[in-house]
Amino acid sequence: MTTKDTVYIALFAALTAALGLIPQITLATGVPITAQSMGIMLAGALLGAKRGGLAIVLFLALVAIGLPLLAGGRGGAGVFFGASGGFLLGFPIGAFVIGFLFDRHAGRPPFLLSLIYVLIGGVGVVYLLGVPWLAQVADLTLGQAFTGSIAFVPGDIIKAVLTVIIAREVRRALPDL
Amino acid sequence: MLDLYQAGTSPVHMLKPGWKILCLAAVGSALFAVDHIGFSTAMLAATLVLYRIAGLPLSRAWGQIRPAVWVFGLIFAAQVIFNSWIIGLYVLIRLAVLLMLAGLLTLTTRSSDMIDGINAGLGPLRRIGVNPERVSLAISLTLRFIPVLSHVVHDVREAQRARGLDRNILSLAIPAIIRTIRMADEVSDAIDARGS
Repeated sequence: MTTKDTVYIALFAALTAALGLIPQITLATGVPITAQSMGIMLAGALLGAKRGGLAIVLFLALVAIGLPLLAGGRGGAGVFFGASGGFLLGFPIGAFVIGFLFDRHAGRPPFLLSLIYVLIGGVGVVYLLGVPWLAQVADLTLGQAFTGSIAFVPGDIIKAVLTVIIAREVRRALPDL
Repeated sequence: MLDLYQAGTSPVHMLKPGWKILCLAAVGSALFAVDHIGFSTAMLAATLVLYRIAGLPLSRAWGQIRPAVWVFGLIFAAQVIFNSWIIGLYVLIRLAVLLMLAGLLTLTTRSSDMIDGINAGLGPLRRIGVNPERVSLAISLTLRFIPVLSHVVHDVREAQRARGLDRNILSLAIPAIIRTIRMADEVSDAIDARGS
C-alpha cells in the first residue's frame, strides 16, 4: 500500500462524511434520502475493492469513536447497535463488492454493467445485512423488516445512477486513479 | 474539534477505552443471550446509575434515544400489531440500554484517546500486514480533509443555487471531485517528499 493509496482512502472517508452534511431530500413518498450512501458507492467504483472497502471502514471507525459524521449528525458506538446497524455494517462490504466487480473491468465497465454492479453492492449487499439485523433488533420477521425498508430503495436507485455518471466522468479525466 | 466528549474525572471517564469497549460488547451480547425483560430492565437501571456516576444528567441518557424516537415508535407499533405490547416494551428497553451505554462510551472517552487505543490494539496485527502508522496517518488525513470537502460540497450547492435549480448538479460536482483528487495527489507527493 503506497502513500497515495493511504491518501485516497482518507479522501473518500472524508467525502462520505461531507456528503452526510447535505440536508436530506424528502421524496414524494415521504421517505427521506441522504447523499451519504453515494460516498460508499463512489468509493467502490473509483478506488476498487481493497481501497474502497478500507475507506468506508475508516469512515465507520471515526463514527464509532464518537465523531458525529453520519447523516443527521449522528455518531458514537450506539448507532451500530440501533435499528440501522446492519445497514452500516453493509456499507464497507458493499463498497468492497462494487470495487471487486469494477476491478474485473480495470475500473471501467460499460454503463449498464456499471449500474448493475453499483446496485448489487450498494443496494443488494447493504440490504442483505441491514434487513436481517433490523428484524433481529426489532423482533420482526424478515418479511416485515423488508417491507419496512423497501421505501428507501427508489432513492438508492437514483443515487446509483448519479454514482455511475460521476464515476465514468472522473475515470475519463483521471485514467490512472 | 467535532467531538461528543464531555470532560470529567469520574471512574467511568478514567477506565481505559479498551475496557469500556469490551464491557459494551459483553453487555450487548448478554442482552440478546439472556432473553428476559427482567434482565433488560435491571440493565436499564444500571445504565442510568452509570450516567450518574459519570456525573452526567439523565437528560444526556435521554439524548441518546431522542434521535431514534420515531424508529422506536415504528418498532413498538409493529410489535403491538404482530405480537403484544409487552414484547414491544421489552424490545424498546433492550434497544434503549444499547444506545445509552454506547452513548456513555462516546460521552466519556476523548476521540484522541480512542484513536490511541485503536493504534495500540492494532500492534499485534502488524504481522498480518497492518501498519499502525499508516492507520494513524489515514485517520489524521481524514480529519484534515473533512472540513476541506465540506467546503467543496457547500460551494457546489451554492453555485447550483446561484445558477438556478434547473441546472444539472453533476456539471458542478464532477469537476469538484476531480479537483479534490488532484489535491490528494499533491498531498501524497508532499508526504513522500518529506520521507515519512
